[in-house]
Amino acid sequence: MRRALPLVALTLALLLAAAPAAALAAPCPKTTVADLEDEVMCPVCGTTLALAREAPLAKRERAFITELVRGCKTKQEIKQALLDQFGPTVLALPQDKGFDASVYVLPIVGGVAAAGAVALMLVRWRRRGRREHERVAVRSRTRAEDLLLEAELDRLR
Amino acid sequence: MRRSWTTAAGLVAIALFVALLGYGVLRSNRATSLDAAVASGKRVAPPSIDLPWLDRDQHATLADWRGKVVVLNFWASWCPPCREEVPLLARWQPQLARADGTILGVDTLDVASDARAFMVKNHLDYPSLRDRGGDTARAFGVAAYPESVVIDRQGRVAALMRGPLDDAFMRDHVRPLLKERA
Repeated sequence: MRRALPLVALTLALLLAAAPAAALAAPCPKTTVADLEDEVMCPVCGTTLALAREAPLAKRERAFITELVRGCKTKQEIKQALLDQFGPTVLALPQDKGFDASVYVLPIVGGVAAAGAVALMLVRWRRRGRREHERVAVRSRTRAEDLLLEAELDRLR
Repeated sequence: MRRSWTTAAGLVAIALFVALLGYGVLRSNRATSLDAAVASGKRVAPPSIDLPWLDRDQHATLADWRGKVVVLNFWASWCPPCREEVPLLARWQPQLARADGTILGVDTLDVASDARAFMVKNHLDYPSLRDRGGDTARAFGVAAYPESVVIDRQGRVAALMRGPLDDAFMRDHVRPLLKERA
């Protein structure tokens, strides 16, 4: 038992020394290839990497991402590196300039147009309601006046 | 009066939508018109090129090769048919250079270091540009790799090869252009 004591102490010391190293190594890798596959395109395939398994470009992109994942790069850093090498079409989101910007602009224009149309309808609806109310008010006033006139005439008779 | 304003606004919206669609369709058809022109024997101006060199930061345009016959070769290091095409390119480049012509590589959608290593490994000494996002390739209607566009001494598109080059194409479409005067 006494002989085993130094061995236990050494094992404990090694474990204690390895613990901070393991703790430091824990944050790496910061992302996975699978995590990026849905957000990265294979530009010549016209699909995301997740759907392009056999295309040579997709394979190269996947290998490129794997290298960067192993190099402890974050998802954002990997996307930037992909952008630097393959250009904007490599990201699944369209560009925000040129013709592709219409993807972002059209929903806004459509939303504003729809809001305008709803506002216009509301204004018209309110205006129509007010007109109807005025018409009813005029009609009832006339009837009241008629009654008053009738009463006045009865009094005079 | 109000109704006419609403109708006008609706018509303008429809016109804008149709114009946007038309622009999209025209943009995708530009390259098709290049194929049609070449097929009918016409020589037309190519889409503009303004790309960085593969191995340096400076930019180049097609005008830098005006007066030469240029075989514009769209390639990528990850593309197996491009690798198969390399011996032909290496064999033809000295012949073209002797007759005031050149192959001009356009490396597309590629890791730049891969492309540079590819050129060195295959002892390719012709110039090569870098079309990072493939915009220039798309403007030329490139859909698969490799593809080549032959530019005559006047800077016009004289022939197209939608696929790997072969000796017959080089003999029939490139060699005659070398005999033409600038």
